[in-house]
Amino acid sequence: MSVLPKNKMKILAFAEQRNGQFKKVAFEVVKAAKTIADQMNAEVVALVVGNNIASIAGQLGGYGASKVIVVEDSKLELYSTTAYSKVIAEIAATESAEVILLPASAMGKDVGPRISVKLNAGLAVDCTALNANGGTITATRPVYAGKGMVDVTIKTQTKIFSLRPNVFTAGNSSAATAAVETKKVELSDTDFSAVVKEVKQSSGKKDVAEADIIVSGGRGLKGPEHFKMIEDLAGSLNAAVGASRAVVDAGWRPHDEQVGQTGKTVSPSLYVAVAISGAVQHLAGMSSSKYIVAINKDKDAPIFTVADYGIVGDAFEVVPAVTAEIKKLLGK
Amino acid sequence: MKILVLVNHVPDTETKVKVGADGKSIDPAGVNYMLNPYDEFGVEGALRTKQAFGGEVVVVSLGGDANKETLRKSLAMGCDKAILLKDDTVRDSFAVAKSLADYANEYGAEIIFCGKQSIDHDNSQVGGLVAELLGWPSISVVVKLEIKDGNIVAEREIEGGHEIVHAKLPAVIMAQKGLNEPRYPSLKGIMDAKRKPIEEKPASSADVRVEVSAMRKPPAKTSGKIVGTDGSAAAELVRLLHEEAKVI
Repeated sequence: MSVLPKNKMKILAFAEQRNGQFKKVAFEVVKAAKTIADQMNAEVVALVVGNNIASIAGQLGGYGASKVIVVEDSKLELYSTTAYSKVIAEIAATESAEVILLPASAMGKDVGPRISVKLNAGLAVDCTALNANGGTITATRPVYAGKGMVDVTIKTQTKIFSLRPNVFTAGNSSAATAAVETKKVELSDTDFSAVVKEVKQSSGKKDVAEADIIVSGGRGLKGPEHFKMIEDLAGSLNAAVGASRAVVDAGWRPHDEQVGQTGKTVSPSLYVAVAISGAVQHLAGMSSSKYIVAINKDKDAPIFTVADYGIVGDAFEVVPAVTAEIKKLLGK
Repeated sequence: MKILVLVNHVPDTETKVKVGADGKSIDPAGVNYMLNPYDEFGVEGALRTKQAFGGEVVVVSLGGDANKETLRKSLAMGCDKAILLKDDTVRDSFAVAKSLADYANEYGAEIIFCGKQSIDHDNSQVGGLVAELLGWPSISVVVKLEIKDGNIVAEREIEGGHEIVHAKLPAVIMAQKGLNEPRYPSLKGIMDAKRKPIEEKPASSADVRVEVSAMRKPPAKTSGKIVGTDGSAAAELVRLLHEEAKVI
């Protein structure tokens, strides 16, 4: 009886790019796939979808992909839920990938359910940890906006997990390289039944869901005009501006800045809460931040129960002083 | 137009999560339930679509008798008819979506509204699953919607911006906060809702794809250091962030 070399199990990592550049989460997804692959004696195949993107594909080797598949088409320049899900599902099927990792980004959350139906695969969304010890992947994911955590397993043969951005560490790129392979997926007009025609970028604005540092303001700032102070502090830290639900509901700030349940759940390395008391809905959305700073004049505000560092004082005096110190430190 | 809106009955946002005796779900004691807030934007979107094009709005929910409260609220807002897909078991997103998609087929829906996610398990899956099961386009995280001659132009929120998405009916629209301002049920609406029917149907079944094995509270944060009480603490705070936390 001859022993044939058994093909290694494959993990497909969808590496999200926009405008020909990988999102930070793309590297996180590939690296997380590599960690799982090492636990399961599997290999990582990364997938890049878009237009004019072949030149960036090789970067993924440095994060653990042994092969990178590129699907390029001028029609894939902008995102389409229907076309992208067809491409990802088809590549997953031809590669016989048993595990598919997606980012839990706007794109990954949109495309995930559609792929899961096409592949008869269970999907666990917005995972914050994956563990493949013992051959079964257990994923941990927040529920109730982070007020609880659940461990989940997927029962289907093919399994899809989407990973919350900013939680898995991509680390530095190694010198490893990957074979880049271009593949064609036939796409007809009907595959574009929902298609993005235009992307409106908020000019130069960092999004709270992706930011490494967030400075948020709350009702204690007394009016929208005082957010200038928050923007200045955020600017000094190259941070995103966030807001509590109260100030969004009051119309002081746009909804895309809202942190918490019914807003965005965030896990930056530093979260600065200014004049935010810390309602249960807000705490749910930001308590998993690595470091939390609270600036509030009420020493009994619940925000101090989750803060690593606090200043019990008037934000109008404290915030400009902190901004000045940061500028001094960073030499701005 | 035959407009269908999917709604879920969820613990309200004030809920403090306590893990139940089974170790896999929350202890429902003392928890108030409500219409999932994102679905409320879906109900409003459905009602406005009816105002523009005529037709009827059917609201459907999958779950136990408790879900009737949420169906009743949707009726009070102005939905014409409510369906309860009766099921008391714990389902994953796919099993929920399969049953809802089966009902959408049976009803002959021409557009479906739902929230971008339920605020209980935050799966953000049902809308996309239903659309794919029906073979329809879907648009998620929608903050702006225009429908004209069967063509949809919608704006969806993405990281740091918005996407303008084009699609054609029939389609699934998953609402995000900002899409509209949901109406409060009027007194007349509340009275009318009592007379409107809630039809019960058995929910179609599907195998479990994703299983919850354990639920727990996130690790508790310990209260940290109060660095000071005024602007003079700024230098020390920045030093700690730089040298101790090493985050700046």
